[in-house]
Amino acid sequence: MKAAAFDYVRASSVDEICRLLADAGDQERKIIAGGQTLVPLMAMRMARPDMLIDINDVTDLTGIDDRGDHIAIGSGTRQRALERSDIISQRLPLLAKAVRNVGHQQTRNRGTIGGSIVHGDPSAELPLAALALEAKIVLRDLSGETEIPLDGFFEAAMVTNIEPQQLLTEIRIPVWQNGATGTGFHETASRQGDFAIVAAAAQIEISETGIIARAAISAGGVAPSPVKLRAVEEALVGASADGIAAALGYIDEAIDPDTDVHATADYRRRVVRELVSRAIGDAVAEASR
Amino acid sequence: MKQVEITLNVNGRDRKVAVLPRMTLVDCLRDILRLTGTHVGCEHGICGACSVFLDGEPIRSCLMFAVQAEGHRVTTVEGLLKDDGSLSDLQDSFWECHALQCGYCTPGMLVASQALLDEIPDPTEDDIREAISGNLCRCTGYQQIVEAVQMTAKRRREGAAHG
Repeated sequence: MKAAAFDYVRASSVDEICRLLADAGDQERKIIAGGQTLVPLMAMRMARPDMLIDINDVTDLTGIDDRGDHIAIGSGTRQRALERSDIISQRLPLLAKAVRNVGHQQTRNRGTIGGSIVHGDPSAELPLAALALEAKIVLRDLSGETEIPLDGFFEAAMVTNIEPQQLLTEIRIPVWQNGATGTGFHETASRQGDFAIVAAAAQIEISETGIIARAAISAGGVAPSPVKLRAVEEALVGASADGIAAALGYIDEAIDPDTDVHATADYRRRVVRELVSRAIGDAVAEASR
Repeated sequence: MKQVEITLNVNGRDRKVAVLPRMTLVDCLRDILRLTGTHVGCEHGICGACSVFLDGEPIRSCLMFAVQAEGHRVTTVEGLLKDDGSLSDLQDSFWECHALQCGYCTPGMLVASQALLDEIPDPTEDDIREAISGNLCRCTGYQQIVEAVQMTAKRRREGAAHG
C-alpha cells in the first residue's frame, strides 16, 4: 500500500502548472491538491503518475467570490472552507448541506472542491449539488481558458472530460435571486461520512401563490455519474405540493443503477425515489416558511 | 528518483529530513523522526489511526506526502502531552474511562477529539460521534471514547468555573 515512485514539483503559479502539463510528453503528470482521492488511488496502484504537480501554494486557485448572479469557487478551495463560509451558507445553501456529508473532519481539511469534481466519483456529494444548480467549470491550458457546463463533464465512473494538459481552475455556481427558495439534501451511507450509496439534492423556488416556480433536482449513486433529473424538474414546475408524487414517476427512466458490493440495483431504484422525495419535501417546506 | 530535503516543524521543533517524494507523512514521522505514537493502519485514508494536526487542523497523515509538509507545522499525539511530560486532561480521561483496549486507534481518536474540543468546548454526543466518525475502533464500541470526551469537556467547564 505504498505509492510507486514519482517526481514532485511544487508549483507557484497557474502558468507554471499549465506549462508543466503541456510539456508532459509521454509522461503522466497529475495535479495534487488535497490528495484525498488521488493518494488512495496511488497507494492501491490504481494510479501511477510519473510526476505530481502540487498546487497547494497557488493562492490564485483558492477562494470564494460572490459575483452577484453566481458564486465563483477556486478549484483548490478546501471542503472545510466551504463548510465554514458565510457566502456558501447564505447564497448556496444546497452546497452547504451537501458538504456536511463529505468525508470526515480530517479529509475535509485537505480535500478540495476541484478534486471532488475532477475525479468524477459517481456518489460524491459536491458534484451532485453543483450539477443540480447547473454549475459551470473553467478549464485552463497554455492556450487560454474555456468555460463549460458541468452537465456533460462526467463521462463515466471516475472518468471526466478533462484533457491531460488542462487544469480545472474555477467552479461557477448560479445563485437563485428571486422568490422564496428552499433546499434539501439526503443520502444513505453505511456510516456517517462514508461515500453515499444513494444521494439526492433538491432546490425549489415557490411562487407567492404556493406553486413550484423552479426546481433543480439531481441524484447520485444511481448511474455511472451523477444525474440531473430534468424530467422530474419539468413535472414539478407549475405543480403544488400535491403534485410531487406524480413527478417522482419520472426518476426511473433517468437512472441506470448497478449492483455492487454496497447495494443492488433494485435497492438503489427504490431508495432514490424516497430520498428525492425527502429532498424535495424539505426544499418545499423551507421555501414555504 | 532522488531524495528531497525538507524542513517541517514537528511538535514545536524544526526538523530537517531527506525523503523520497513517495514517502507519506506518517512514514516520515514514524520511520525517520521516530515519533511512533502516530499509528499507521490502512494506508489509504479509511481507519483514521494516522490522524495528526497540520497547521492546527486534523488531517490523515497517510494521505499526504511528507514533501508536501515542507514549511508546515505538524502536531502528533506526542505533542498533546503537557509541558512537564504528563498526560493531558483528554488523555487522562481516556485512561479513566477505559476508552482504549488495544490502543491502535487511540492516537487518532485523541487527535480527532482534541480537534473537536478546540472548536466546540461543550459538544453534544452527536457532535462527538460525528467528530470521531472518521476513526475506526474495533475494541471499545466507541461508548467509552464518547464518555472520555464528555468527561474532559465537563472537567474543563468546572475548572473554568472554579478558576
